[in-house]
Amino acid sequence: MTSESAIANQVESKIVEEHNEEANSKFGFWVFLLSESVIFLSFFAGYIVYKTTSTDWLPAGVEGLDTHDPAINTVVLISSSFVIYVAERFLHDKKLWGFRFFLLATMLMGSYFLYGQAVEWQGLEFGLTSGLYGATFYLLTGFHGLHVMTGVLLQTIMFLRSFIPGNYDKSSFGIIATSLFWHFVDVIWIILYGLIYVWQ
Amino acid sequence: MANIPVEALSGNRAQPYPGAPDNWKRFFSFSTDHKVIGIQYIVTSFVFFLVGGLFAMIIRGELITPEANLVDRTLYNAMFTMHGSVMLFLWSFPVLVGLANYLVPLMIGARDMAFPRLNAAAFWMVPVVGILMMSSFFVPGGPSQSGWWAYPPVSLQNPTGTLINGQVLWLLAVAISGVSSIMGAVNFVSTIFKLRAPGMTFFKMPVFVWTVLAAQIIQLFGLPALTAGAVMLLLDITTGTSFFRPESGGNPVLYQHFFWFYSHPAVYVLALPVFGVFSEILPVYARKPLFGYRVVAVSSLIITGLSAIVWVHHMYASGTPGWMRMLFMFTTMSISVPTGIKIFAWTATIFGGKLRLDTPMLFALAGVVNFVFAGITGIMLGSVPVDIHVNNTYFVVGHFHYVVYGTIVFGIYAAIYHWFPKMTGRMYYEGLGKVHFWLTWIGTTLNFLPMHPVGLMGMPRRVASYDPEFAFWNVLASLGGFLLGLSTLPFILNMVSSWIQGEQASHNPWRAIGLEWLIASPPPVENFEQLPIVVSEPYGYGKDEPLVSNLAELSESPE
Ligand code: HEM
Repeated sequence: MTSESAIANQVESKIVEEHNEEANSKFGFWVFLLSESVIFLSFFAGYIVYKTTSTDWLPAGVEGLDTHDPAINTVVLISSSFVIYVAERFLHDKKLWGFRFFLLATMLMGSYFLYGQAVEWQGLEFGLTSGLYGATFYLLTGFHGLHVMTGVLLQTIMFLRSFIPGNYDKSSFGIIATSLFWHFVDVIWIILYGLIYVWQ
Repeated sequence: MANIPVEALSGNRAQPYPGAPDNWKRFFSFSTDHKVIGIQYIVTSFVFFLVGGLFAMIIRGELITPEANLVDRTLYNAMFTMHGSVMLFLWSFPVLVGLANYLVPLMIGARDMAFPRLNAAAFWMVPVVGILMMSSFFVPGGPSQSGWWAYPPVSLQNPTGTLINGQVLWLLAVAISGVSSIMGAVNFVSTIFKLRAPGMTFFKMPVFVWTVLAAQIIQLFGLPALTAGAVMLLLDITTGTSFFRPESGGNPVLYQHFFWFYSHPAVYVLALPVFGVFSEILPVYARKPLFGYRVVAVSSLIITGLSAIVWVHHMYASGTPGWMRMLFMFTTMSISVPTGIKIFAWTATIFGGKLRLDTPMLFALAGVVNFVFAGITGIMLGSVPVDIHVNNTYFVVGHFHYVVYGTIVFGIYAAIYHWFPKMTGRMYYEGLGKVHFWLTWIGTTLNFLPMHPVGLMGMPRRVASYDPEFAFWNVLASLGGFLLGLSTLPFILNMVSSWIQGEQASHNPWRAIGLEWLIASPPPVENFEQLPIVVSEPYGYGKDEPLVSNLAELSESPE
């Protein structure tokens, strides 16, 4: 094989690869999220078993959870899913400033959620070791909170990367994944809210 | 993607460039070439096979006499725990991932895995897992002693009271191994769905690829459940929560559900690729197409589905309610249908064929035979009345060693011999291979067959001393065990010496049909000059139809 045709081949295959890479990554990320959701499903299953079979569920002196502040938190988190979608559309139309604005808004909303969570934890009169009730509560909200934190971190990286010239010209997989992840965190929270706060 | 300089492709093989197939240094680098990673996996896990084997030798040495006199009882507990954990998490899983890593991209006509860097990262976690697991020998209290299941409340005991204890290290190691497996699974599934060569439809994929897909799907839905259980267990040990602590309201049986929801399907993660190996090897050495290719392929996915709904058969004796036992007995029995299909297909494949009994074929045939035997004891164990009787006896140990050794290790050996010429470009020594086979076969039978009668007589597992009436069978088993230890020597000798100075292998020494056999041995970086265009089903033995339409363009030097 002559080196010219080798080069031609290389170039050609690189083009094909670049074209496919984003689609592959997206596929892979979906697969990952489906798998990740099973961890939450397992925790939920465990929670349901504990709640339905445990003989003394609420620790002594605990009445249940206050739902008012968490409801506000929920609304903020769920609306942020729409905000990041708007950011994605702006990026799609190559309007970087709009993208940055809405992404920043998402980050703030996510951070507000975390703040609200922290305040709630502060005010609770039971802890991680207060029976199964405390353990499952902190496990579920904590594990979900870690995911929110990861989401905000990803958004921060995407935000900073938007200042690198030409960063999103080739592929916007990064932001697609970030926003997919954010929707995932949201859906999990809705189920979690139902299980922990609504079903008391 | 491995960024190789363009000149390298037409470069001189005698001058090893970084990443050249004959530059040994690349095996010690963060290479992203799936073939390098595959061999890294295989060799690393083989080292741990020897470690786990060493523990097995200590176990068998202890059990050769009825008294507990070789090692301390706590050390014996640590030995079977570490033996089981190392053999599963550091040998069987990674070696099969290694084989799949090497073979899947070649078999589907891809230049690499979908995410090469993720692939390398997943591999380099394996040594970390190994180091963590081994380091538990050096912490106060020694390694975990709760068996490879780590059932609470045993696993919650922390006699030394230290935070970094054997059980915590064990859990961390298993968690990291889980992350590595998930990364691998995402990669395999994406590769198989997205990187197939033109013309390579699902029903043109070799069965090995089907089985890898089926196995990796199990990882994706099963492992997270184990992770969930492991996180809760870790919290129980380190922070004093009470998820699984019965004395403060916890539910230890829930852990068993989490554990077996993954760990039963996990045996199919191991067995399925080995079924794939059998399905690849039998047609080559029988010179006949695989019987019922499509059914065999699809039955793998059926096994994946069924494997998710049988886990409670490990818990018949855990206070499981009667209706649940009945239900899971039914599902367990039904899994023998797709597996039975495979066995019939293999039998039909070799039936009337001109068998060539080279080492890979010997291992594959013996593996199928052992698997039939394991399947029979498996059906016995799947029925509640029998299981209640022999639960936690050596009958169980015998059964699953017929699977993990008799079937899975045999299949792995078969695969290593079969693809050795492709991976190294050299032939192994057939004579040594035969010696290895016979030692392994006799050793396996002598070691694991006696476990069945002694189990039926009632010898419990996980004990360092036993009633002298069991001694006869245990002596036999120990002799077999030592024979198995010995059997690795001709294998190692064979692999090392033939890789260094074996006879050069042609690109297709077995006259096998498959994309990997159309290109040089070992295949160059990025495998194919031009992506193959696949035009026919695999296993066209005796049919004389081309597999691809662009044979001449696949490699620099065809034929
Ligand atoms: C030389 C070969 C081997 C010998 C002699 C051997 C022997 C044994 C024995 C005697 C036990 C029972 C210990 C006890 O209950 O006190 C055991 C347990 C076990 N073995 Fe092996 N084994 C061998 C190979 C393997 C392989 C290749 C695997 C997996 C791929 C494996 C996986 C296990 C597991 C998972 C356990 C259960 C550990 C536990 O009770 O937690 N073994 N082995």
